[in-house]
Formats: sequence, structure tokens, C-alpha cells
Amino acid sequence: MTKPLQHFVPVARWLHWAMAAGLLAMLFIGAGMVASVSARHEQLIELHKPLGIALLALAVIRLSVRLATRQPPLPADLPAVQALAAKASHWLLYGLMLSLPLLGWAMLSAAGDPVNLGAGILLPPLLAPNAATFALLRTAHGYLAYLLFCTVLVHLAAALYHGLIRRDGVLRSMARGR
Amino acid sequence: MTPKPPPLGTAATLARFGLIALPVLILGLTLGYVRGWLDPGRLTPAKVVDTLQASGGPHPGYRRNHAKGVCVTGWFESNGQLAQASKAEVFAAGRTPVVGRFALPGGNPYAPDNSVPIRSLALRFTQADGQQWRTGMNSMPVFPVGTTQAFFDSLQASRPDPATGKPNPAAQQAFFASHPETAAFLAWVKTAKPSASFATERYDGLNAFYLVAADGTRQAVRWKVVPEGVTPTASAGEGADYLATDLEQRLAGGPLRWALQMTFANPDDPVDDASKAWPADRRTVEAGTLVLERAVAQNDGPCRDINYDPTVLPQGIEISGDPLLPARSAAYADSYLRRTGEVNSLHAAQEPRP
Repeated sequence: MTKPLQHFVPVARWLHWAMAAGLLAMLFIGAGMVASVSARHEQLIELHKPLGIALLALAVIRLSVRLATRQPPLPADLPAVQALAAKASHWLLYGLMLSLPLLGWAMLSAAGDPVNLGAGILLPPLLAPNAATFALLRTAHGYLAYLLFCTVLVHLAAALYHGLIRRDGVLRSMARGR
Repeated sequence: MTPKPPPLGTAATLARFGLIALPVLILGLTLGYVRGWLDPGRLTPAKVVDTLQASGGPHPGYRRNHAKGVCVTGWFESNGQLAQASKAEVFAAGRTPVVGRFALPGGNPYAPDNSVPIRSLALRFTQADGQQWRTGMNSMPVFPVGTTQAFFDSLQASRPDPATGKPNPAAQQAFFASHPETAAFLAWVKTAKPSASFATERYDGLNAFYLVAADGTRQAVRWKVVPEGVTPTASAGEGADYLATDLEQRLAGGPLRWALQMTFANPDDPVDDASKAWPADRRTVEAGTLVLERAVAQNDGPCRDINYDPTVLPQGIEISGDPLLPARSAAYADSYLRRTGEVNSLHAAQEPRP
């Protein structure tokens, strides 16, 4: 019989907080670059592409860590609907973390644009150029980014609810550990 | 497991819910501000394209500016003269394939060819290493304005009056009067006549860029393509679509050629203001020959789905501080998303329309 974990393993916590900062930065960079005609537009795009690919790599590592390690269980007295919401929102977050950068990469490919990460690093296209496909992927990239932002806000509120109202150790399981 | 915490009083509970709501609100409002929703005064790509669209009328599937055009294909034959100044593969001696597009400014894909004296040429060079150089050039020596706000104001001043369907001359005069930087352009446009051919025109890149050498040296440049060995079309064009006809006829007799000329700035020349031409004596290097050999109607042509964003550049060419470059990039991206989402309505559209 193994004792239930109190905390996420250190590499999982490290990945969580690094990606939290990276994802929030990406969401603000994305929102800013589509609403700007100034030099900031170019600067933000030059950040958005390499950071997006870095977050894709981190998301893959993180999913592997998640599948390879044990997680602290949710509190036994958590209402079933909240437990379900917690599980569903986590898998939604994983899905969006993986699909948003892939959509960005694929939409640039569909536009026939070089997928340029700067410093001469070019990624191969994921699919052949096609205008209608581009429009679909680009639109999905935008809407799913808003969905990710809303999910992150709900996740943040829920974490604080656990930490401040329920005080059940859920927030602490990600905040610190041995 | 965590022991059961002591219960909270009503006031403490409310305060803690406030603490939960605060970061959520701050993040949400900040994103709304960054996205421009809480900053209605900001000039956004969508506003620029909305204004272009309002002037050109609704033409689903077409570019919101330079809507009327024709695709061309060919190559660039570099002579290697710029290989020292720029590490871009396109300037090494040899051939780079090109997909281009001749067009008229304006948002109406059915505009008569004699309605404007300006023609444009956009090019996409695709290097063997996959990097691209995209450029959009115009047949005028200088851009009317140097800032994005002034460009937007000029679009608004030339919007058709709902009552007459034509731009309001008073608004246009007021715009030019309050923008003295337009003088050079106005002096040119006064004598400019709509040409009878795309082939006889010189096309200027207008915005400045930097060439970057292998050792990191950066030099400010502007480029243009100058027609080689063309004879003017004998008569002024007839009908609304004479440019495409003339192009087909000329290409039937063989490829058309332009010399690609790169002009280097002197140290004090303005590199961030497209409304200021550089003096004519600046060092100019001929980089090679642009050869165009085939034209294809744009609705099925290879240029249709290309966004000629002038900030798509290979290593070895960089944007300058010219504010029109990021503005063009941002507005083209917005227009590109709108028209690619409507691409299926293009097949129903007749081209050209009587």
C-alpha cells in the first residue's frame, strides 16, 4: 500500500509554473499583435512563434510526466460535480496546450508562409497551402486561444477557491512540496 | 490528509471570494485592453481594412486593396553583385523562382484600368532553402505619407460620400493641406497618366530595408525594378481591362524583363519615412534581372493565395524602422483572413465583369 501523495512531483510543479508564465505571456502577445499596427506588431510576432513552439515542446514533456508519475488525489469530500469539473478542465487545458501551437504551425503552412522561428530556423510545413484551410485554422486558433484564456481564469479561480475557502491542500499540492 | 480547517465567518468568506475575483478581473481586463476592446481610440488592423472595404465596396474573396490584378510567374536571375552586401540566397549568382502579381490600387476588382495612374507589382521570391522574400512595389517614386495614422486619415478623407458615391473633394483637400509631406507625391501625380501597359512601368519598393551581410554589416536600402528593352504600347488602352490584354500580348512574344536595382542610403538619409525620396545620386547597384514569362488570371492563379506581406524576408534582409511596414503586415494579415474565408465565393464571381 503506497501512501497518497501530498504534492505534485517537483518536475511537474516546475513545468506547471513555467508553462503558466509562458501561456499567459503567449495569450497577451497574441491578443496584442492582432490589435496593433505599430512596430510592436512585428516584435510580438517574432516572440509569438518561437515561444509557441517552445510551449509545444514543454506540453509534450509535461503530458509524458503526467502519464508517468502519480498525482495527489483530489480531497475525498470534494462534491462529485466539482471533481468532474476539475478532471475535465485539466484535460481541456492539456488539449489546448497541445493543439494551439499545432494550429498556429499548421495555419502558417496552409498560408504558404515560411514557419520562421528567427535566426534562420525554419520549420517544415505541416500541410500544403490551401486558402480555405488557412481561414478555418486561423479562426480556430483565435477562438481556442480565448477558450484557453477563459479556462486558465477558471483554473486560477478554482485553485484560489481550494486555497482560500476550502483550505483542503489542493493549492498547496502545486504551490510547494518537499 | 489535511485536517479540517476552522470555519470562516461571513465577512471573512466574502473577503476571500474578493481575493479570488481580483486576479481574475485584473487579467481579464488587461487582456481586453491589450486586445483593443477597452481601448477604442487605438488604430487597429481591422479599422484600416474596414475603411478600405467601405471604399472599395463588398467584393467577397478579393483583396481589400489592390483588388484588381493578374498573376505572373517567372524568376529572378541574380548577377551576384549584392552577395557581399546581403547574405540572402536570392542575391547569390543564380536563379530564384518568382510568383508575382500586377495590380491596381483600390478595393474594386472591376475598376477600369484608366481609373488610377498607379500600377503595382508584388513579388514572392522562394529561395532553395525555403526562406522567402515578399515585396509589394508601386509605379510611383514616393509614398504620399510617412506614418500609419496619416495613411489612415488619407483613407478616411477619400472615402466615397454616401450622397454622391464619390470622394468628397473638400475632405481630400483638407487632408492634403494638413499633410505637407504629401507634396512630393502630389507633384508626381499631377503629371502621371494611367499607362497602357504593366510592362513599361518602373516599380518602387518605397519603404526602406536593411541588407545584412554575412559579417553582420547592415546597410539601409530601397529597391526598384526598371523595365528593360520595352517599347511603349502604341495607343492608349481601350475598354476597362486593357492591361491584362496588353500583358498577354507582350508575353506571347517572349518574357518581360526588369532590372532589380538596389539603392544604398547615405548616412543622413531618412530610412523610416516613405514620403521622403532619397536624392537621385545615391549609389545604386544592379542586382540582376527579373524575368516574367507567364500570366494567369488571378482567380485561379498562383498569386491568389499569397499574402504579399513586405515583412516576410529571408535572412540577409531586415525591415527598417519605417512604421508603414508593420502596418502593412498587420493590415494585410487581416485582409488575408477575410478573403481566404470567402474564397469559395470567388468561383461564382465573373471576371471580368462587364
